[in-house]
Amino acid sequence: MTSTNGGFNALSHGFSHDGNPGRGLCAQVVMKSTVRTAPAPRLYDPPMSVLIVCAHPDLPHSRVNAALFAAARGLPDVTTTDLYGAYPDFFIDVPAEQAALAAHDTIVLQHPLYWYSVPALLKHWIDHVLLQGWAYGPGGTRLQGKRWAHALSTGGQPASYTAEGLHRHTLAEFLTPLHRTATLCSMRWLDPFVTPDADRLAPADIDAAAAAYRAWLQAL
Amino acid sequence: MHHTDYLLQALVYFGAAALFVPIFHKLGLGSVLGYLVAGTAIGPWGARLVSDPAVVAQVSEFGVVLLLFLVGLELNPQRLWSLRRAIFGLGALQVGLTIAAVIALAAVLGQTRSAAIVLGMAAAMSSTAIALQLLAERNLTKTEAGQSAFAVALFQDLSVIPLLLVLASLAPSATAQDGFSLIRLGQAVLVIGAMVLVGRLALRPVLRWIAAIGMREIFIAFALFLIVGSAWLTQAVGLSMALGSFVAGVLLADSEYRMELEVDIDPFKGLLLGLFFIAVGMSIDVGLILSSPLRVAALALAVVAIKLAVLLLLARLFRLSREDSWIFALSISQVGEFAFVLIGPAAASGVLEPRLGALANAVVAVSMLSTPLLFLAFERWVRPHLSPGRKRSADPIDERNPVIVAGVGRFGQIVARTLMGRGCSVTIIDHDPNQVDLLRRFGFRAHYGDASRPDVLEAAGVASTRLLVLAMDDPAAVLATARHVRERYPDVQMVARVHGRLDAIDLVREGVPVVRETFGASLQAAQAALVALGEHPYQARLAVERFRRHDEALLREQAALEADNDARYVALANEGRERLAALLAREQRPGTGGDEGANW
Repeated sequence: MTSTNGGFNALSHGFSHDGNPGRGLCAQVVMKSTVRTAPAPRLYDPPMSVLIVCAHPDLPHSRVNAALFAAARGLPDVTTTDLYGAYPDFFIDVPAEQAALAAHDTIVLQHPLYWYSVPALLKHWIDHVLLQGWAYGPGGTRLQGKRWAHALSTGGQPASYTAEGLHRHTLAEFLTPLHRTATLCSMRWLDPFVTPDADRLAPADIDAAAAAYRAWLQAL
Repeated sequence: MHHTDYLLQALVYFGAAALFVPIFHKLGLGSVLGYLVAGTAIGPWGARLVSDPAVVAQVSEFGVVLLLFLVGLELNPQRLWSLRRAIFGLGALQVGLTIAAVIALAAVLGQTRSAAIVLGMAAAMSSTAIALQLLAERNLTKTEAGQSAFAVALFQDLSVIPLLLVLASLAPSATAQDGFSLIRLGQAVLVIGAMVLVGRLALRPVLRWIAAIGMREIFIAFALFLIVGSAWLTQAVGLSMALGSFVAGVLLADSEYRMELEVDIDPFKGLLLGLFFIAVGMSIDVGLILSSPLRVAALALAVVAIKLAVLLLLARLFRLSREDSWIFALSISQVGEFAFVLIGPAAASGVLEPRLGALANAVVAVSMLSTPLLFLAFERWVRPHLSPGRKRSADPIDERNPVIVAGVGRFGQIVARTLMGRGCSVTIIDHDPNQVDLLRRFGFRAHYGDASRPDVLEAAGVASTRLLVLAMDDPAAVLATARHVRERYPDVQMVARVHGRLDAIDLVREGVPVVRETFGASLQAAQAALVALGEHPYQARLAVERFRRHDEALLREQAALEADNDARYVALANEGRERLAALLAREQRPGTGGDEGANW
């Protein structure tokens, strides 16, 4: 395992990387990527559009997530939300969020791993937006068939997320509640994009991670 | 005239103003009366310190010229539009009805038709200067009464132009040099048309050019040049100088330099208004008044009574409250400076006999003198009986609700509406009858009453309520009510609106949760400012919340101290600053101030 280019995708311990770069659909349709403030009106549904819901309490000062977020924003058919920036008072605009979810095919939740889970506002967002009768339960079919992925950064070394490592469990095990959430919403779970060791990465490593993130998103 | 005479004159004016105005102000008689008396005292009929009538006339008219420029400057299209009903309804009716009534009176007194019309037109005018000054001194400009008075004065200002045309048509010799001939009228229309045209096309570029130079005094000089120039232009074609400066003001009213002009001319305004009042005082023909005091007084009384009657009638028609009606009517019950503009030429052209003109001028001046006195009488003897407490007894309240909101102005109504939006039944009490009526029109069950009075609170059911929201405007009333309720009804929870920190400390000592009325808004502004400067919205929010908690903790500590221990207050405030500084310093060091651990 190398610490430079190409190493990051493969670091998803416990997951087999779903590397299927042959799709290439995104590259055929060149659309401007948008930073979402309100659900963007769309003339037609572009193939495999991606919604990145990024949850970091201080995105501009984060080391890895800011770089990843900036890299993603340049991509076609990618819409991005800075969740803490949009809802600093935790009052979520549920209809707007649901409209955004409905308008995209792939939902990427980008966040640092906080206490083996998502940051508080992202959990709050899940609680308030993925409602019964809309996302799950009787009549809750609005997310059916869409894909759910995490792009997460961890402070620990990859080896720490093993049965023998510091945390005693794999990332897949820690993400079980989220995996179940996606499944309950009839969504397809994709393997996460993991940036490990995030607090110790050198600038060159961060650039490499951002490039890898772009490639991963384009391949979705 | 030697320049030392000018110096002496200036000395007399400023000396008289500095002597009389403070005395009258201290006596509670208002500055307007002070200036008027100062003018009379130094004028030809007083100490004769200023005895040259030509100077008196010039000084007087320049005061009006500057006043009208400022009035014109206020007359931008939006302002006009928002007041259209008051201006063209109230104003037109006031002018029309007063003219009709005074013409009838003059006819009864045996005046000719032409003279009666001139006197009627003159009497219909009020003094914008006196009215606005009186209202401003009492902080009533923004009330409904003040706005209505301003609207009427504005219509009067506008109606001067048609009234001058009527005056011209009444002149016996239409070709006379000193009258308004048709040719002169044509010239006047041409000149004003040219002023408007040139003003529209050239004024802004020139102003922009001058403003770009960045020398403020040159900008002011140009403004004054404009005022004097337009005054001179209109005077050259036989119109009043005031009309010219008024047009100049209107032309600049919607320019981007209006605010700057207002601010720049404002320092002149007070002094020039004073000068104007002094000039009016000087023009009072004390000799004529003394030779037939009863006649002048009776006529002045009659004219003011007619104006008051018309204004009170209109106030009722336009549904002003009783107190507002009186303030509105009294503030413009005098005959104004435009009357001089009308009477002067009328006397000169023979429409009015010269003696009648002089008498009319004296009546006008006395009516001006009457306004501050009438206002004082009203405030001392009439208003207490009109005050809400007496005018309207507190409404009986038969509801028993878990919440009482006392005071539903800008603050309390938000509280009441939020609670009601959550399905909570709220008893609303307010001591402003207009506010209560307004809320009732929109279906709120509002009750009129002064919540700081124990009997009103008791009637509202404070004994059985769970929560009392004290949202009255008056901090003293809030504190007194809070103390009373804390003592009599210890089980009732309270939330109190306070203005500043000291009020807050008083209430915190009583154990009442307080909300400082501008604190939340200030924090919001701070948050918006941080975001504008590029802070992440959530971090801005955290910073503001940290500050809120810090400040509220400081407030509680201050409240815990004894009230008179000033030294400890200061020490605590300093300590608070240091603590905040430490807090801020910690937040600036990366990696240690974050709330969420490492920043990855």
